Amino acid sequence: MAEGFEFPVDRTQVMLFARSVRDINPAFWDPDHPDTKAAGGIITPPTFVQCSAHWQPDYPLDLTRPRQGPPPAHRGDAPGGGGGGLGRGLHAEQHYEYHHPIHPGDTLTVTTRPGNRWEKEGRRGGKLMFSESITEYRNQAGVLCVTATSVGVQTERAVEQ
Amino acid sequence: MKLKVGDTHEAVVVENVNRTHIVKYAGASGDFNPLHHDDTFAQKAGYPTVFAHGMLSMGLTGKMLTDWLGAANLKKYGVRFTRQVFPGDTLTAKGEVTEVQEEGGKQLVTVRVVTVNQNGESVVEGQAVAAI
Repeated sequence: MAEGFEFPVDRTQVMLFARSVRDINPAFWDPDHPDTKAAGGIITPPTFVQCSAHWQPDYPLDLTRPRQGPPPAHRGDAPGGGGGGLGRGLHAEQHYEYHHPIHPGDTLTVTTRPGNRWEKEGRRGGKLMFSESITEYRNQAGVLCVTATSVGVQTERAVEQ
Repeated sequence: MKLKVGDTHEAVVVENVNRTHIVKYAGASGDFNPLHHDDTFAQKAGYPTVFAHGMLSMGLTGKMLTDWLGAANLKKYGVRFTRQVFPGDTLTAKGEVTEVQEEGGKQLVTVRVVTVNQNGESVVEGQAVAAI
């Protein structure tokens, strides 16, 4: 799995992400709002750490990112991978534990390790192959802020609606 | 705010999802899987059209939770993705308190979470814990 990488958190990214989930809570963008001050400064929406993808060197779901050398293998196709790949891979579950707030100005170190893997027969999609990946986000003081567990599933055929 | 078992909250978190909503999420999150913005690619993979990122549904549902329980109060939040969200869908996120523990002068509140589309079909199902 990926070596740890750094994810610098800035106020603009927090605002953009909050807007993308249609959230205009001032705690996520207005440093002068009383709720923000009560929270010790701007904080982040519950699923914000997904933005770390922008800083993940081998992130597989951005094949148009300009980079030197060949694009990375699709995560969903790789041994020990979690999350969805392109095409057949889908995201089955996502879980977060929040230990400590994240603020703009923090630099998070992101480390991911594989979790469990299992298979089951799907009702419509043939055999389903599940894999977990567990990601920790620690701030510049070494404090664990968020633990994220992603469960990816690979299907033999497209999932029918 | 004091909560008790059985208390509920719900909110329409997006009306009539369109490709611009989806592309905005792709840009913000960095997830540019073409299944979510390239109809040709999605159809080759067997889907009728592009569909939203599961994480967009989870993020939209998170807004319901933080509006209700407080932006700084979540301790845990997890979901299963149960159905894809396609352009045209409208999502309503619903929470119900299933457990309340008093702990250190705060309430540790467990909430069952489900977000449904306009047909009442769930798109995410899960649980959250908040300290209020």
